[in-house]
Amino acid sequence: MLSVKNLKVTYGSIAAISDVSFEVPEGKIVCLIGANGAGKTTTLRAVSGLVAPSAGTVTFKGADITGAPAHKLVGLGMSHVPEGRRIFPILTVKENLELAAWTIKDKTEVKRRLEEVYEMFPRIKDRIGQLGGTLSGGEQQMLAVGRAMVTGGDILLLDEPSMGLAPVLVDEIFDKIIAINKKGTTVLLVEQNASEALEISDFAYVLEVGYSTISGPAKEIAADARVREAYLGV
Amino acid sequence: MDKLKSLKLLMAGLIFYLIVQILSAVGVLNGYFMVIINRSLVFVILAVSLNLINGVTGQFSLGHMGFAAVGAYASGSITTLIFKLSPHHPQDAVVFLIAIIVGGFFAALAGFLIGFPSLRLKGDYLAIVTLGFGEIIRTILNNIPAVGGPRGLLGIPKFSNFTVIFLFTLGTIILIRNLVQSSIGRTMISIRENELASELVGVDTTKYKVLGFVVGAFFAGIGGGLLAHLLQIAHPTQYGFYASALILIMVYVGGIGSLTGSIVAAFSLTFLTEGLRVGIDWLRDTVGIPIGTEWTMVIYAVLLILIMLYKTEGLMGMRESSILVIKEKQG
Repeated sequence: MLSVKNLKVTYGSIAAISDVSFEVPEGKIVCLIGANGAGKTTTLRAVSGLVAPSAGTVTFKGADITGAPAHKLVGLGMSHVPEGRRIFPILTVKENLELAAWTIKDKTEVKRRLEEVYEMFPRIKDRIGQLGGTLSGGEQQMLAVGRAMVTGGDILLLDEPSMGLAPVLVDEIFDKIIAINKKGTTVLLVEQNASEALEISDFAYVLEVGYSTISGPAKEIAADARVREAYLGV
Repeated sequence: MDKLKSLKLLMAGLIFYLIVQILSAVGVLNGYFMVIINRSLVFVILAVSLNLINGVTGQFSLGHMGFAAVGAYASGSITTLIFKLSPHHPQDAVVFLIAIIVGGFFAALAGFLIGFPSLRLKGDYLAIVTLGFGEIIRTILNNIPAVGGPRGLLGIPKFSNFTVIFLFTLGTIILIRNLVQSSIGRTMISIRENELASELVGVDTTKYKVLGFVVGAFFAGIGGGLLAHLLQIAHPTQYGFYASALILIMVYVGGIGSLTGSIVAAFSLTFLTEGLRVGIDWLRDTVGIPIGTEWTMVIYAVLLILIMLYKTEGLMGMRESSILVIKEKQG
């Protein structure tokens, strides 16, 4: 579904990522793990078109999308839940979701997708008229994921969904990611919380200061001695 | 009922127009007052159009008067230098109206040229570029002898009267109001609220930011053209940073994103400038305190600080007068 080869992104003269390659097969959950500054967020931003890579290719559904702007990729079926949620604070929950349906003209389809989000996140449904900015961190994260569901991508890019959340909410968010994946959406997950991420993923890639180093099925990665020592703290 | 609602603004405008005309006819409003009212209306155009850029789309332009200068000099050149129009020939008024619109288009072109490369910048950096743009325009005009250079473009025919300015102002308010309350306007607001998030729901943010810039510049050009044909002169110093800052103040005092606020602030600050001028003259000549008219800017600053302290969102906040709302928010 998504294939990234030798991706390089520079901010000015500084290379944020130097050589990152990975594959996301259709219907699977793939996670990128790594320490602070490894380039996880930059990789995701380059995939969804928020930054233009200086080298390498990104192939999505067989088409080369390297350097295509984000708003075009949304239409092609890529939904990105950015780091730190980025919901619209002065809009209500419902308006936030409706805004995500910006590219969809069919009103009944919009309604169906909203219902799908409410079904997935009953807590969001309870808060339907509340302003986005007044939600708790976990609820905002759910709203951000819900928004990406309404956008209706074939692949969901998640940037640190567990950031700043209480452990019980982290579990809940990860459960939802599995549920969304079961419904047929491919997931690319970027996480610092390596142990949780490896638990729900099919495949995993380790990023180290701009390079993708270790990769393999998530179970094997979780058992890898180097990974265990560096990222799992065991 | 819906029809009635969209007519409310027209009705309000008509009532305002009639009141001013009647008061002017019976002599309550003398020529001096009419000049201030005309100036206020021009500032309404400038403030409302700047609000589209700064308030609605959430960008930060410090060079709005640069666009007004382009409109003023373009239309002034057409009426004064090319066609040598005279207000004594009624048929010339048609050319004047076209010249104003053409001035708007020139300003819009300038808005596109400055907007397209610079809207990759954000916040402070965009402010610096637009500030620089305003100064560049001023310096260029200062150095073109054909339009008078530092002497300014003189002898512009006085076509702008209350009726003309009023109609252009009403037109500007209606068009910008319709734009803001359309899906395009909501898209612009989404960029203001969170650019990244709107990009990720599929908004071509660059396109809409440039659009906001171009439309704002167009109306600034109209305002500049009207001002030139009201004051009968277009002078580089009229369009410097001081003037751009004045309009910026109007937008922020009125409330970011509130067209009502911009209209109220344009009127009250224009009247305040004149009031302060009279007041400062009185203080200097009668009371004997040695201060000059440049103190108006000091008082402005104090006013702005007070508003920032006690009315953070400006006079109107983000609210709109019901006259300016096309339809009520649903559900």
